[in-house]
Amino acid sequence: MLQKIVLWTHKRTSNWQQMPDWLSSLLVILLAFLIGALFIIAIGASPLAAYGALLRAAFGSVNGFAETMIKACPLLLAGLGISLAYRAQFWNIGAEGQIYAGGVCAAIVGLYLHGLPTFAHITLTLLAGMIGGALLGFFPALFKVRLGVNEMITTLMLNYVVIQVVAYLLHGPLRDQASGITISPQLLKSAWLPIVVERTRFHLGVLLAVGLALLIHWFIYRTVLGYQIRASGENRRAARVGGIRVNWVIIWTVLLSSALAGLAGAVEVSGVQHRLVEDFSPGYGYLAIAVALLGNLEPVRVIFSSILFAALLNGADAMQRAAAVPVPVIYVIEGVVIVLVAVSIFRRKGSL
Amino acid sequence: MLDQIFSVVFLTGFLAATLRMATPILITALGEMIAERSGILNLGIEGIMVLGAFVGFWVSYQSGDLWQGFLWGGLAGGIIGALMGIVSVRFHANQIVTGLGIWILCQGLSSFLNRRIFGISSVRPQLPTLPAIPIPGLSKIPILGETLFNQNIIVYGTLLLIPLFIYFLRQTSWGLHLSAVGENPRAADAAGLRVEWIRFLATTFGGMMAGWGGAYLPIAFYGLYTDDLAVGRGWMAIAVVAFGRWSPLGMLAGALIFGASSALQYRLQAMNFPLPYQFLLMLPFLITLIFVVLFVRGGGGPAALAKPYIRTQSE
Repeated sequence: MLQKIVLWTHKRTSNWQQMPDWLSSLLVILLAFLIGALFIIAIGASPLAAYGALLRAAFGSVNGFAETMIKACPLLLAGLGISLAYRAQFWNIGAEGQIYAGGVCAAIVGLYLHGLPTFAHITLTLLAGMIGGALLGFFPALFKVRLGVNEMITTLMLNYVVIQVVAYLLHGPLRDQASGITISPQLLKSAWLPIVVERTRFHLGVLLAVGLALLIHWFIYRTVLGYQIRASGENRRAARVGGIRVNWVIIWTVLLSSALAGLAGAVEVSGVQHRLVEDFSPGYGYLAIAVALLGNLEPVRVIFSSILFAALLNGADAMQRAAAVPVPVIYVIEGVVIVLVAVSIFRRKGSL
Repeated sequence: MLDQIFSVVFLTGFLAATLRMATPILITALGEMIAERSGILNLGIEGIMVLGAFVGFWVSYQSGDLWQGFLWGGLAGGIIGALMGIVSVRFHANQIVTGLGIWILCQGLSSFLNRRIFGISSVRPQLPTLPAIPIPGLSKIPILGETLFNQNIIVYGTLLLIPLFIYFLRQTSWGLHLSAVGENPRAADAAGLRVEWIRFLATTFGGMMAGWGGAYLPIAFYGLYTDDLAVGRGWMAIAVVAFGRWSPLGMLAGALIFGASSALQYRLQAMNFPLPYQFLLMLPFLITLIFVVLFVRGGGGPAALAKPYIRTQSE
């Protein structure tokens, strides 16, 4: 079937290169949902009922929309980070660990820095998250540049290590003794991101993330470092010959990338959970890979793909209740999206 | 505590567990090596292992026959390997991105099916695992006997695969064709080899082996299935291939090191080692990380690895 559709689009557009990016992205989404529907039919449920419940839960009410947006926020931030890294051909799959590292550092600052005005405390909390994420990204980048160590293995292994460190902290030093479960005490009120839409959990971090997406768009296309990142990714040797210090560029890119993922963790802790919780990320770091790729690594488009995956995440429970479709179907759709992106969009970019 | 670690009983149990834990990684790595030698980097084998583990468990549970489960685990892996092959060979897709997609797709699929079939109850169905088959006489040798000659049949089979693979790669024309396609597809094509077909077959075979590597876990080791059963082992297999420089013997050494790190975790857990248990859980990953940084560096490998071969274009 896949081949037929590809051939059909091939004929229609007469040439792959002529199909606009956005059209192929839309086709990818459509196909992924169709394949998801096949799985839903296979278990004897109705895809229309399932997707209907999903959409209603994700966009059907002010509160549902707000919940979608607060899930889009960490996806967008981590997705932006991944976009930067992948543009430089650094295959960071450690965003999940970087999110947890950022969350821990933000929680520590939010818990223990007393007597600060709100603005300063929030800023420091988010900054701590960025530093935490960046620290975790720094070593894989260094090993890659200095020793040629495969970054995929190092960043992924760090995910498992960091998640256990968080579990340890929550069972020991950071644990709220008054609570029966393994969570930290609440952050000081001055470290909470303010709510923007009344009576929902829509917090300022969402707007911050969208603003950052625009800023990063400008950064990639209008600054020297942005140009160097693109050049290093397109062709390492040519960039080197052209006088770009590729190794430096890679380290800076990865620092930025993992700082953004760390910020995603910080925003989740300071804007949504208000404390450190075990498993506070439902796989944001892995979903963000699909978010970045579906957005074709373009910051502005990543905004839209992050909302799409946030809607999936937010509506999945409703879909399970309404149509008895198990939640993990969204990860099936996620995987299909990535494979299809590999077939369609990246094809035209030759080496990438 | 220390005299406990250096006792004969501990050592025997540790070495035997090392080989048992190295086996699934080695099976998967051998398959991945074949795919990589043909020029296809399949990063999805972590997910394929998970799917193989689920299918293996499910079929064993339904049929009551562990061998049927094992067989189907490999077949499921082969189907996904074929998908990887079609996407990367026929459509010339970026192999890194495709591999990531296959990884996430298979994990989602296994967890989807697991929820649908076994629900989310905390009581998990259990399987009897494959029994150890002591080899008469040899298994009585102290320490070594227990390690090498008192294992389940898949462990023996995997060890026998190593000379077989060496023979295949060095002595058969198929083995040489495989390397030719991975080193220089254009020359191989000019010499009349069917590059796309060979790559497709190699990737399918790699997927099948990863499916078996995954199916080993519930069938020969744990006796149950959870979504995080295989966690990290596929990536360890990828590291093992590079560590072993794409040769079966080197990969055996790498797989044993990763097997040892898992075995150490279980042994320390069993003897109540005075370290928070989260640190024991992260031990295999931490050891992998340190090991990769120290010993697995870039370079080497088939020249055309992860490069799509497009017949009509000139380079």
